[in-house]
Amino acid sequence: MYDAPKLERNVDDRTIKFSARNVHVFYGETEAIKGVDVDILDNTVTAFIGPSGCGKSTFLRCLNRMNDTIDICRVTGDIRLDGHDIYDRSVDPVQLRAKVGMVFQKPNPFPKSIYDNVAYGPRIHGLARTRADLDAIVEQSLRRAALWDEAKDRLDQPGTGLSGGQQQRLCIARAVATSPEVLLMDEPCSALDPIATAQVEELIDELRQDYSVVIVTHSMQQAARVSQKTAFFHLGHLVEFGDTGQIFTNPHDERTESYITGRIG
Amino acid sequence: MTDLSANSAPLGAAQRNHLRRRNRHQLMLQGFGIAAISFAALMLFILVSSLVGTGYKAFTQTHIQVEVFVDPEEVSVEKLPRGGFRDVLQASLQAQLPEVSERADLRRLEGLFSNGAQFRLRDMIVADPSLIGQTVTLRVPMSDPFDQLAKGLVKRDTPEAQRRVTDQEIAWFDRLDQAGMITQPLNWGLLTNADSRFPELAGLKGALVGSFWALLVCFLISFPLGIGAAIYLEEFAPKNRWSDLIEVNINNLAAVPSVVFGLLALAVFIGWFGLPRSAPLVGGMTLALMTMPTIIIATRAALKAVPPSIREAALGVGASKHQVVFGHVLPLAMPGILTGTIIGLAQALGETAPLLLIGMNAFITSAPGSPLDSATALPTQIFIWADSPERGFVSRTSAAILVLLTFLITMNAIAIYLRSKFERKW
Repeated sequence: MYDAPKLERNVDDRTIKFSARNVHVFYGETEAIKGVDVDILDNTVTAFIGPSGCGKSTFLRCLNRMNDTIDICRVTGDIRLDGHDIYDRSVDPVQLRAKVGMVFQKPNPFPKSIYDNVAYGPRIHGLARTRADLDAIVEQSLRRAALWDEAKDRLDQPGTGLSGGQQQRLCIARAVATSPEVLLMDEPCSALDPIATAQVEELIDELRQDYSVVIVTHSMQQAARVSQKTAFFHLGHLVEFGDTGQIFTNPHDERTESYITGRIG
Repeated sequence: MTDLSANSAPLGAAQRNHLRRRNRHQLMLQGFGIAAISFAALMLFILVSSLVGTGYKAFTQTHIQVEVFVDPEEVSVEKLPRGGFRDVLQASLQAQLPEVSERADLRRLEGLFSNGAQFRLRDMIVADPSLIGQTVTLRVPMSDPFDQLAKGLVKRDTPEAQRRVTDQEIAWFDRLDQAGMITQPLNWGLLTNADSRFPELAGLKGALVGSFWALLVCFLISFPLGIGAAIYLEEFAPKNRWSDLIEVNINNLAAVPSVVFGLLALAVFIGWFGLPRSAPLVGGMTLALMTMPTIIIATRAALKAVPPSIREAALGVGASKHQVVFGHVLPLAMPGILTGTIIGLAQALGETAPLLLIGMNAFITSAPGSPLDSATALPTQIFIWADSPERGFVSRTSAAILVLLTFLITMNAIAIYLRSKFERKW
């Protein structure tokens, strides 16, 4: 069902990137997240799994304050990035999102050239002083996203002309171009075919060298393949959080066990 | 068991009836739809064919070509402004019809020319005084009754007392015609002349220029304001009771009868601000009031149609709200916005009532040089002509409507083209 060896990595000695305490999220009167505590480590892939509507995407969107754009959404509790409260009044969500990049479920490149897609973030944040700097950032980002070889000869062609898997890697390149510290991925492979999925998963494993990666996924196999830590959400609660190997082989909570064995969800 | 073809397990009588009724309802619905569309198409056909039927005669104009001897005794450089141009013209016809000598007959003979003929001759001689003493060839419009006669709109078998040309005049006309002096070329004057009391000289230039200025003013005001309002309402305004109220009012504004906007403009722009009456500037401002709700509604719809994934993508890399809107959403919404704007402007082009109230139905014989000059617009010009008693204006009214319809169809075609060319499928 999943290949176990990858799970046995030792991740205990890594630094904590995000720490969330007692996080609640409300959509109007509805409480979508009911008190979540979680620590997300650096250089680690953390997977959020759980049935539809369990709140895993909602929680992910708290980490870069994408929920701010929804009028009726209200977040309480404490979320710290490197010890700083990201919901503090002094924090500009725009700066935060440069540090915490995001990749979405459906590949959503801008209807612009491949180059402009990647260069957009560095441009608006003023990260490149010269054209040469920008060229270097674009190349480096595309290399990181394993897209350079396929895209280097067609940088001026529209990003929307790429295949689905290439588009998603372009979106990853776009996200890493602002040199983030954390990459949030909201079901990044759910719109891709198996081959593109495999490429993106391989990429996620490489990205772990430089970033902390948080991935929401519907596929338990995918969580098992790419992540070192897994968090199981159910009905707005974080039911269980631990090493991926332990969650999948020896879950402590019976709801987790029911889910991974396919009895709920 | 899933075989539903006719020879499978027979349906019960009740079921069969039910099925038949359902099919009949569907057929009836389709029939109604086809009938409605046929009716609309028939009405459109009747409208256009009646317009073309009466209007096509205004696209030609009967001209008379005469050899005019510019007699130095009648016309001289010293007294150019009031030279005897009429006498000179009269003489040119008398040369063809030597038996006419009575003073009253000569006056009627002169009536074959349009009233503008003498001015045409004067302008030629003012431009080139060396023509005095020479013979010039002049081709000028004939006056309206003879234009009607040439086009068959004045019937020869009507009793003489009931038509505007006498038997003698018809005889003159026929002789001139046989001499090859009478032609019926395309009537460019319809587009290049301004309005006139004389149908044969009246054209749409003043109305076209007036409409152009008014639409330009309308566009310059309503486009930026409309888009600004739409962007604020759609992207930035908090969703609360106030924004709901504003939204409802904008939708209501789009449904306010246009004559009300005319009254408002009369009171505010002319009464308060003291702007000139009959000016395309005021007309454009009035039309902008009406076009703005259309543009706001179209722009909001276009902004809404930009998929949220694009906003998320931009927000996700740290674009500010302002960068998302101006860098991504607005450019993607532009085709829709332009389409809405063109349709709004086309509506404004055909709008008559508010322009009547601010005096853009004045009788003005020169095209406006600026938006502040008095002018008419296409629809008000149609209104004026439709109101005029001369026979010649009947066909000119239809022709002017055809010109207006041509502009409207062109604008709508541009809108459709833009939409199909730039519309993005997500």
